[in-house]
Amino acid sequence: MSNSRFTRRGLLKTSAIAGAGLAAPTIFTAGSAAAHTNEPTGDTVTLGFNVPQSGPYADEGGDQLRAYKLAVEHLNGEGDGGMLNTFTSKALQGNGIMGKKVQYVTGDTQTKSDAARASAKSMIEKDGAVMVTGGSSSGVAVAVQALCQEAGIIFMSGLTHSNDTTGKDRKANGFRHFFNSYMSGAALAPVLANAYGTDRKAYHLTADYNWGYTTEEAVRTSTEAMGWETVETVLTPLTATDFSAYIAPVLQSGADVLVLNHYGGNMVNSLTNAVQFGLRDLEVNGKKFEIVVPLYSELMARGAGENVKGIFGSQNWDWKLENQLGARYTGTNAFVQSFGEKYGFPPSQAAHTGYVQALLYADAVERAGSFNPCAVGEALKDFEFDGMGNGPTLYRGADHQCFKDVVVVKGKEDPENEFDLVEIVEVTPVDQVMYAPDHPQMGGAEATLGSCNAGA
Amino acid sequence: MLGLTKKDFSLLMLVVALTMLAPFILNPFPEGSAMAQFNAGYPDLMQRFVIFGIFAIGFNILFGLTGYLSFGHAAFLGVGSYAAIWMMKLLTTNIIPAMVLAVIIAGLFSLIVGYISLRRSGIYFSILTLAFAQMSFAMAYSVLTPLTGGETGLQLRNTDARILESAPDGGGISRANLFGLEMTSSYELTLGAWEFTFNVGYYIAAIVMLLAFYLSIRIFRSPFGMMLRAIKSNNTRMNYTGLNAKPYTLAAFVISGMYAGLAGGLMVAMDTQVGPERMFWTASGEVVLMTILGGAGTLIGPVLGAGMIKYMENIISKINETILHQWFAFMPDGIEDLMVTMVYPFIGKGWHLTLGLIFMGVVIFLPGGLVEGGQRIARLFGKGKAADAKDTQSTPAE
Amino acid sequence: MDAILLQILNGLDKGSAYALIALGLTLIFGTLGVVNFAHGALFMIGAFCAVTLSRIFSMSYTVIDETQTDFLGNPLKVDVPYIYDIFGQAAGEAIIDWSVPLSILFAIPVMILIGVIMERGLIKHFYKRPHADQILVTFGLAIVLQEIIKYFYGANPIPTPAPAAFAGSFDFGALVGFDPQTIIYPYWRLVYFGFAALIIGAVFAFLQFTTFGMVVRAGMADRETVGLLGINIDKRFTIMFGIAAAVAGLAGVMYTPINSPNYHMGMDFLVLSFVVVVVGGMGSLPGAVLAGFLLGILESFASMAIVLETLPGLNQIIIYLVAIIILLTRPRGLMGRKGVMEE
Repeated sequence: MSNSRFTRRGLLKTSAIAGAGLAAPTIFTAGSAAAHTNEPTGDTVTLGFNVPQSGPYADEGGDQLRAYKLAVEHLNGEGDGGMLNTFTSKALQGNGIMGKKVQYVTGDTQTKSDAARASAKSMIEKDGAVMVTGGSSSGVAVAVQALCQEAGIIFMSGLTHSNDTTGKDRKANGFRHFFNSYMSGAALAPVLANAYGTDRKAYHLTADYNWGYTTEEAVRTSTEAMGWETVETVLTPLTATDFSAYIAPVLQSGADVLVLNHYGGNMVNSLTNAVQFGLRDLEVNGKKFEIVVPLYSELMARGAGENVKGIFGSQNWDWKLENQLGARYTGTNAFVQSFGEKYGFPPSQAAHTGYVQALLYADAVERAGSFNPCAVGEALKDFEFDGMGNGPTLYRGADHQCFKDVVVVKGKEDPENEFDLVEIVEVTPVDQVMYAPDHPQMGGAEATLGSCNAGA
Repeated sequence: MLGLTKKDFSLLMLVVALTMLAPFILNPFPEGSAMAQFNAGYPDLMQRFVIFGIFAIGFNILFGLTGYLSFGHAAFLGVGSYAAIWMMKLLTTNIIPAMVLAVIIAGLFSLIVGYISLRRSGIYFSILTLAFAQMSFAMAYSVLTPLTGGETGLQLRNTDARILESAPDGGGISRANLFGLEMTSSYELTLGAWEFTFNVGYYIAAIVMLLAFYLSIRIFRSPFGMMLRAIKSNNTRMNYTGLNAKPYTLAAFVISGMYAGLAGGLMVAMDTQVGPERMFWTASGEVVLMTILGGAGTLIGPVLGAGMIKYMENIISKINETILHQWFAFMPDGIEDLMVTMVYPFIGKGWHLTLGLIFMGVVIFLPGGLVEGGQRIARLFGKGKAADAKDTQSTPAE
Repeated sequence: MDAILLQILNGLDKGSAYALIALGLTLIFGTLGVVNFAHGALFMIGAFCAVTLSRIFSMSYTVIDETQTDFLGNPLKVDVPYIYDIFGQAAGEAIIDWSVPLSILFAIPVMILIGVIMERGLIKHFYKRPHADQILVTFGLAIVLQEIIKYFYGANPIPTPAPAAFAGSFDFGALVGFDPQTIIYPYWRLVYFGFAALIIGAVFAFLQFTTFGMVVRAGMADRETVGLLGINIDKRFTIMFGIAAAVAGLAGVMYTPINSPNYHMGMDFLVLSFVVVVVGGMGSLPGAVLAGFLLGILESFASMAIVLETLPGLNQIIIYLVAIIILLTRPRGLMGRKGVMEE
């Protein structure tokens, strides 16, 4: 094990004060001044996979963990190599990272920021992890990202969709591959206008917390730009399970589209309730009533069952991309192949983003020639790559957000099996979802990355 | 000594010794060995042990002495945390003002909640406290977002404008400190294969906990403590003797609220971040479970209960399949797989299952909580000196 | 006007769920004097009875269809439920479709059995223990039950639709003379409301009009005296526990089409049902039912957009706010008895 800890920075100061009293009996390890937190000195390197293993997102976390294990295999040269074969950067050799064998530790975020930070801290302080990745909510992502910034290691976020993660809460040591609320809105609006027309009245139900607010704002702004009118927006408590009291008034509002800015259990329940109330069988203003769910996930679609058929939403990635839309999305099939062979079912988008983040980190280390977070950050900054299943992608340096095509999907009318729940409607090209780093929805001019922290 | 009886003093000394030597006691296994997984001697977990220890000690002053079961104590912890982080954002990153304000604000909030809730007793009191805590949680999560940061919470930023200090150079974020001594600094000691970490933050938190523990012994042994016990054993009789019990229970409620605020302030001091789910009812439930698990009404019990739950949460949840395979690697392949399959449901993502089984096991077999377990072991080994001290000092739960 | 009527309907519906859970909880909590934190878990197990039965009906064997391929390009495996072979495809499909209502028959014996085992094996030993110990042991049990369900069914919600005949909704407004399409209400929610009313009525009738019920009520009021009369009250309490478990379980079964069940749904309802029981008043069954409906209706009103515009966030706290007001104005809740769990 490495002897260095992220606390090295304060060490000299401390030892000056406390050292005298503690009369060190043996080897004082600080002599081997490490360049940065948890610098791997042996022949292995430890990554921390911090995912929800209990609570409502446990299954999503489980899928992410499967993908991480697969990534570790591929990095260490086991298995069929997956996306390493299609990735445009060829720095990774399948011999670990910089020749060091990749090991990992796992933890349970419980989808609570305190628990997630405790788990990440134990990875950093006890296990000597040099990078932490994973998670299934923005609250957790923002909390752990801040922690990694403080500790001086890299955070590669998992499934986090709120603008804040790379908006007002962006950090120099944090990187996001997943897309965000703004992109969902920008990608969905033209597709919705196409399918439902530009003369629509929308009613928003929004989960009453940060992610809900940013998603509502993004979708509202971009649909209004297309000519839609927003009739009403109502906030619903996170802890709500029965949404009937919120759904029923929609009928009397004169709206003809319902936008559900909900995720996870909230989305499954609100969508189920909306369908029960027969909203989808209605005709309002001479048009068929429609429901939209801005952020989709395969697991939520499975939870909502029949109700999800024909409902529009957006995704970061889908396992059918390459088959249906061709070689631009190369890498998809390679990943689906090795994931499917190992686990017997296709991967979710949470699994995909985790896998890609792990590979991107390893690649950046190889290219930088160092595990130092500042060097890794420099290597990821404005890095352009392809072959990871999303088409040509840019890791923008100004806010550490990945820019790539956004997949617009809808619930499949006639699923062939339990994993084939969504069909790809269209892919919105990256140019349409681009925004300036100081966009008002992203925290404006005030948002800054700060400076990178290597901890030492 | 220190105004304590000899027995209380030796219990205090035992706790002093345990907390001061915790980095050794909690890291019994050599680094890199298969058992190193069970080491708990890293700063974050040690800090959590003492912080939740303080929380549970405070809760025990209310529940253990008066018998009033509050189901909303996490609200005071959360309010204390928010107060502390705002102090650090606006005034200084020195932890002293933050902690002072945390205690004051939590005290005021508990005064209001206590004044209203204590108009009822029994389950009605519990539900009133629960209602206040749930309202605090719901509002912090949603409508109070400008003040609390909502779901993502509050953290220190390099753009914070502090009155008493200037931003650090080079865009870094200033850290929580005690007159320049940073909470995250550590001193490391390597003895052969063993490695021990001495963390500034931990020792500061530990000293605060020792003070809190000392204060709680004094309260338990004071006339005020006797009065509280009288309320628990027979409230009606107290009333007939012409004593108004309410000021006493309210005082106990506010004191335990301030303990919770102190714990909340320390949490921020050790880890400068606050999120609203710190106030959710499960967090209030957790401190209830900690206290009962350890032994309600005993001095040391709540601390043990807090340690037990936090240990499960942080250590057992991190054991994964790969580690299991390492443990059982010495066995023949078939048996190894069988062992892994049998143990697997109880570790990693199944850590809740183990926790639930421990709750049931403790309450079924050790009605007085973990403290009773300690007493039984002590009796088993005859009258060892330290054990004897522990035995006679803990007051039984009921 | 129609908006208000709609929210009353919603409130009655939500209230009937609260009332059903609170009823079972009161049978245990307000009468046997046991704080049962595992009650939410019983509700959840009831819901999973429905999931289990529909899984049993859908148990299949696999046929390999060479004409189609799966996502990896291998020949597609097609699942054929055994039930098709037994009853023929049409009848088999109908049975799978009706699995939720059929689960009632399945859940009653299962839940009574679980309740009796729980009482005899665990709770019985805790009647005389402090409430704190009851909380710890039942909370532990709730976690264990949850984790067992999670181990077998995962953490994701499992869609369990109502029979196709009840799937839609109907225009309630047109029926009572409002404009069409202003009040539309799902069939299944009306079924749920009716079902809840039936169960509540049955429990009351059972306690009110049978000798057994009379003894139980006497036992609730004064357990010792009833024991002195030579009546074996313990045995009856065991049966009551079984009934309470069955009530919770049935509430869960019927709830599955409204919200897809998941392993932690019990915990979501637990705190709310405690609030309902206490607001209703300890030891009072009518109080629990009344409080359930009252809180359900108030929660629905607080969710209206017009209310939220004037008082943002009211929907977040309404239940707790009302609970505080009621408990401060009425010391023992709506209809509580003196001396029950006031210590």
